[in-house]
Amino acid sequence: MLLFNFRRKARRFILTSKSLLVSQYSLMIEYRVEIILWALSGVLPLIMLSLWLGSSAASVFGYNNEQLTRYFLSVFVVRQFTAVWVMVSFEEDTIEGRISPYLLQPITPFWRYYYSHIAEQISRIPIVLFLLIVFFACFPSSFWFPSLVNIALFLVIMYISFTIRFLLHWTFAMLSFSFERASSLERLLMIPYLFLSGLLAPIDSFPYLIQKIVMFTPYPYLLSFPAKFLAGQEVNFLRNIYILILWLTIFLITGILAWKRGVREYSSMGA
Amino acid sequence: MSCISVLGLSKTYFITNKKPGLRGAISNFIRKEVIPVKAVDDISFEINPGEIVGFIGPNGAGKTTTLKMLCGLIHPSSGELRVSGYRPQLRKPAFLNQITLVMGQKQQLIWDLPPLDSFRVNAAVYGIPEAEASRRITELSSMLDLNDELTRPVRKLSLGQRMKAELLASLLHRPKVLFLDEPSLGLDVNAQARVREFLIEYNRIYKATILLTSHYMGDITSLCKRVLVIDKGKLFHDGSLDQLTNRFSPFRSVKIKFSEVYPRSLFTKLGTVEHHDQSILKLKIKRTQLSSSLSYLLQNFDIIDLEIKDPPIEQLIRDLFNNNR
Repeated sequence: MLLFNFRRKARRFILTSKSLLVSQYSLMIEYRVEIILWALSGVLPLIMLSLWLGSSAASVFGYNNEQLTRYFLSVFVVRQFTAVWVMVSFEEDTIEGRISPYLLQPITPFWRYYYSHIAEQISRIPIVLFLLIVFFACFPSSFWFPSLVNIALFLVIMYISFTIRFLLHWTFAMLSFSFERASSLERLLMIPYLFLSGLLAPIDSFPYLIQKIVMFTPYPYLLSFPAKFLAGQEVNFLRNIYILILWLTIFLITGILAWKRGVREYSSMGA
Repeated sequence: MSCISVLGLSKTYFITNKKPGLRGAISNFIRKEVIPVKAVDDISFEINPGEIVGFIGPNGAGKTTTLKMLCGLIHPSSGELRVSGYRPQLRKPAFLNQITLVMGQKQQLIWDLPPLDSFRVNAAVYGIPEAEASRRITELSSMLDLNDELTRPVRKLSLGQRMKAELLASLLHRPKVLFLDEPSLGLDVNAQARVREFLIEYNRIYKATILLTSHYMGDITSLCKRVLVIDKGKLFHDGSLDQLTNRFSPFRSVKIKFSEVYPRSLFTKLGTVEHHDQSILKLKIKRTQLSSSLSYLLQNFDIIDLEIKDPPIEQLIRDLFNNNR
């Protein structure tokens, strides 16, 4: 009986997920021009690559041009598929009252936002592939192709990283239940992300002590770890996976607690 | 057993009071002045399964707050609530599967997609198998007279078509309890009539309980045998529209057509003369004096036609709320 119930619930969840994903993907196709612009706006890693290639600083921490290129190109790919805007959309929905009907449905609104991000990532695939082809056509020497096993592992790592970042932002998005403009915190969250995730510079370029401190934060696991893995650079795979799962657990708990607290507050203040 | 049971329900909001101008902004920044506002004040009522009940009151009376408490969106400050045997504030999935809230001012349809896409999402959310969902969409869309509109983006639909699509989306899981907050807001007369017909049909087929707020008295008079009247958070009438009229309107309107012209002065002692033109007379007569006044008129004047009416319900409600202020 227990197994039957579990299977029934799992089947319902899969069907709901499929419907949400399909409808959100249809929506993203409606916004195709915006998606192209968003994808193009994520070229910061390529700008950083050109800056690093123009200086000799990279050689100090042991990166040659090929490693730098692969690293920043991988950062570009990871960045494209881990973009999170849940704070903005959740705040909008709360202010405009769209969250109320969601709260009256027997599924947590979390999944609507989560699948809307996944749908947006799927719609970015052709754009990112096109940009990569153009890049490799211009710089054929930088081309590399990871093994299929590594690509599969990379996808798993990247989606865990994305989920951690999503949950981190989701936790803060819950402040929309208490404050009118909680999304302004997103800019605050962006600062450590810019500097500590490896987006502007590889973590290896940081002073040793800073590197040690940075590794205690979730940021290197959101970008640097999946990017280095994709670039074929040396990473302590198992250790990093354990830490990813640890951060995932932590943010899952904070996300759930923040959601419960937020809904309680929303319900007592007047939805 | 009642479907909705409300006992001593109250809700107090704490609202920041900010004075205008720079001084107000600074003092608000330093120390916020929070004032309690009682939106709903100790109301009690019961609604039986299958009843359609109108919930009327002026803006800010506490209607929407009550509806939101009944569907579990907001928690009461005090009092007891039961809807279909559930405590709404717990928002258990079994409870959510039995209710729906339609708000005329808010929408749940995805703006840039056709309504069909939103229906599919709702079907999945409520665990309705695809074939069954298609069957229900066909049935409800024919009841609501929706056809080609289902495949057009929501943003391209008229207000009436959108409202009908909203209703379809909200009723796909066949809720047994409907909370409708101004469902005909902004609709033209035809669309209002269609929505009303649909609600009557839905209530008849599915024996659904409906609690409806509306500022259009046509919605109330054509749908509801019973009304709850609320103002300033307090419930001051629970009964039929007739009872409401008897209780709050002590007068009846009498329109008489005489065979000849009589002077106005002959009728002033009977009541208030509202209109006197040639052989037509309109009088407002106290209910208690109605039979004696009518027998006097019938005995002493040559009457061709006589019509006795209650004052229009809109007028009654307007007077009621104005007097209550």
